[in-house]
Amino acid sequence: MSPLWRLLIYLVAAPLIGGLLAGIDRRISARMQARLGPPLLQPFYDVAKLWCKEPLVVRRSQNFYILFFFVLTVFTGALFFCGSDLLLVFFALTLSGIFFVLGAFKASSPYSFVGASRELIQMMAYEPIVLLTAVGLYMVTHSFSVDTIVGSAQTPIILLPGVFIALMYAMEMKFRKSPFDLAASHHAHQELVRGLTTEFAGPTLALIEIAHWYENVMLLGWLFLFFSIHWTLGLLAVAVCFFLLLVVDNVCGRVKWLFALRSAWIMTLVLGCGNILVLWLLQVFGILKLS
Amino acid sequence: MVGLIPLLVAFPFILGLVLLVTGSNRVRRPLVGVGVIAVIAGSLALAMPGVPESVMKLPVSPELISKGMLAIEAVITLYLLFVSVRTRRPLIALLALAQAGLLGVMELGGGHHVEVTHYLILDQFSVILGLIIGVIGGLICLYALDYMQEFHVHHHPEMHDGRCMFFAILFIFLGAMFGLVFSNNLIWLYFFWEITTLCSFWLIGYKRTDESKRNAQRALMMNLAGGVGFATALFLLARGGGPIELDQIVMAKPALVLLPVALLAFAGITKSAQLPFSSWLLGAMVAPTPVSALLHSSTMVNAGVYLVLRVAPVLQGTVAGILVALVGALTFLVASLAAITTSDAKKVLAYSTIANLGLIVLCGGIGTHEAVWAGILLIVFHAIAKGLLFLCVGVIEHKLHSRNIDDMSGLILKMPRLSVMLQIGMAGMFLAPFGMLISKYAVLKAVLDSMPLLAIFIVFGSAATLFFWIKWMGSLLMVTHPHENVEKNIGWGKWTALYSLSAMTFGTCMLFPLLSKYLIEPYVKTQYHLAQFTAMSDGNIIIMVIMLALVSLFPLSFINYGRNVKVIDPYLGGANKDSGIQFTGSAGTVRDMSMQNYYLADVLHEAKMMKAGVIFACLLLAGLFLKVVCS
Repeated sequence: MSPLWRLLIYLVAAPLIGGLLAGIDRRISARMQARLGPPLLQPFYDVAKLWCKEPLVVRRSQNFYILFFFVLTVFTGALFFCGSDLLLVFFALTLSGIFFVLGAFKASSPYSFVGASRELIQMMAYEPIVLLTAVGLYMVTHSFSVDTIVGSAQTPIILLPGVFIALMYAMEMKFRKSPFDLAASHHAHQELVRGLTTEFAGPTLALIEIAHWYENVMLLGWLFLFFSIHWTLGLLAVAVCFFLLLVVDNVCGRVKWLFALRSAWIMTLVLGCGNILVLWLLQVFGILKLS
Repeated sequence: MVGLIPLLVAFPFILGLVLLVTGSNRVRRPLVGVGVIAVIAGSLALAMPGVPESVMKLPVSPELISKGMLAIEAVITLYLLFVSVRTRRPLIALLALAQAGLLGVMELGGGHHVEVTHYLILDQFSVILGLIIGVIGGLICLYALDYMQEFHVHHHPEMHDGRCMFFAILFIFLGAMFGLVFSNNLIWLYFFWEITTLCSFWLIGYKRTDESKRNAQRALMMNLAGGVGFATALFLLARGGGPIELDQIVMAKPALVLLPVALLAFAGITKSAQLPFSSWLLGAMVAPTPVSALLHSSTMVNAGVYLVLRVAPVLQGTVAGILVALVGALTFLVASLAAITTSDAKKVLAYSTIANLGLIVLCGGIGTHEAVWAGILLIVFHAIAKGLLFLCVGVIEHKLHSRNIDDMSGLILKMPRLSVMLQIGMAGMFLAPFGMLISKYAVLKAVLDSMPLLAIFIVFGSAATLFFWIKWMGSLLMVTHPHENVEKNIGWGKWTALYSLSAMTFGTCMLFPLLSKYLIEPYVKTQYHLAQFTAMSDGNIIIMVIMLALVSLFPLSFINYGRNVKVIDPYLGGANKDSGIQFTGSAGTVRDMSMQNYYLADVLHEAKMMKAGVIFACLLLAGLFLKVVCS
């Protein structure tokens, strides 16, 4: 499929899939908590309603940052699904995340400030393993290009299990799931106010939600890279991963930020870097030959 | 007719001597202005395509110049002995005598006479460095005119006004830097190297307080130690009858020159304030801000990495190279983490400088053509953005009487233009798709193609980098209550420098493909005898340009400023009192709200981390010399 078609499909389908996933998420979580849960399409109703609300702001320029957060998140996903360079995808995603955080800083309210600071700590916590994922995939497939990685004869998960597990750990943060939903949680029982999004309202909040859908679809795409040997296997694995994230979300309470940072870095060091070290040793001693 | 390069070196020296006897501020201003224009014009002229060989023509015979330099070095040694006695630091004398002894034996006692064919060098790398020195250095001198005026008149009236000496040294320093990057003869290069050390010593001690004296002495000792390494390298090269020219060393058999090259890399490591020598650069922050910008971020510290990158082809694929790379990687990681813990803006900049130089040393240690390409790119982007950041902090410190990051909240109202410039500089330092990120991409790729394990340092280090920059950026944006605009009485010299550097930060990112194509790639190609080399695929460059365009659209959104929104007070967790900064807490008490950044000081212990870094780096350096001497 040509990149242009993929781009178009991504632009239209990603928010639909992301919204549906959010609906599924809420249904499954509700069942885990012995509730019935909202209709499957509830996230779409929510966003539609938010869109009609009054645009309230604390600082007049705060919404501009969110607009750019949205645009850059969509752009990042577009890069990824058009098969571009994985490192650039990561850098672009970081950039979009930065705009989100800056927006929260700009709002200048204590709760959004704390949310922004915590989001920063989380970024610092997951950044190493995200970059290490690119490193690992490069070592296995000799390329940063998403297309080449997908088309490669290797199955990255076999060679990069440690990196994958550490990445899954970081994914809990990226999906804003417990135990790492420090910056902004969707669980009312453990959230004081709303963290990062405290001072955003109406259409801007809707935009944040849609950006989150786009982002989630792309993140699942990253996980897919590890199982890219076959489409069905890949999709199945990604579905399992998604379910796993939900289970963890529902069985864990929120942890303190220091624990989040420390544990993520330790996971990265032990599993991620350990994996890279083993891979490197295998290659140096000629046991493993990757064409 | 004298060539342009000797003129470019000699002119600042002469101007410096004139400034030394110029007491009047009225005369100094035009003199400095003319000097700055000349220096900028000269460095630009050298960067023009098709510069003839004759620019390297020396006014007198090179032997005579060498003799003159030797005489000056003898005087410097005597001066250092005097400093050593006066400060009661015997180590200074010891290091100075070691240098002098090595050089003396080499020049006078050695039977061999090493032939030198090319005394000067003019290739793309030295042109790039020349541009950095001329343009950024010149702009900083312009800035310094206004800064020192305010410094003495408004802020430190009690302090001895040593501006004659200050500007004289600044220009002498510029001359020495030009000399350094255009010297091909290592003995000449060494001469200029020592002069920059001395300039740095004088300027750090400018305030004449106990602290600044102490820090100046520490900087002197560490740089002299590097100088001893340099002198030993010269001695060994001369004794072996080996090449003593920069362009020849790279072509020589690596086995023959590995020890001298390792010593040169060691000298580079001291000059660029890598671990275990980082403390001198942190101490150097006591100097007036233009000094920090000029010597300790944009130019002098680049001399170290310049030398490391020059000899990189020899280091490529050797254990010595790996150890040098490790020193750089370790420094990058430790300095980035340490930068999180500090709230002093200048210190954050200093740590970030050390960290970025670490990345460049890492590139030099790897020594592949990709790595050298990335290293040179890093030098360019870092010099511009960091120069800008220092200059901004200098102005802010004078206006707000503080350089604490937390005090900069609301800066967008207090000093709108400066706050935007500061953000441009920061964007240049860490944001995609601005300069540093392009370089980081290239560094990561170069590392993966040769030593994948070093990537571990980079991934953790860049995560830390992200944290301390964004939290600072966030503070700048925050506005809790109205502030008075204090952006007044900033002289035109300062504005010129600030605007130019902001434009350059942006411009180099836009024009980076051209910079790479016409300057960096040709250099790398000749150095590594490559027929074809494209550092970055066109597709990626296009993506980066699109990203840059997207981000540049951001200011446009302010057209919509305040339209279609309803402004309310922030949520404070209680009933807000009249403004958004007070609320009624429990039992009816009125409380102020306040926000403070995270510094993680009790998680990351700055002193402990630095100490551990110093110990590891010492072990690495010891390993380096053991390995090189034994082989």
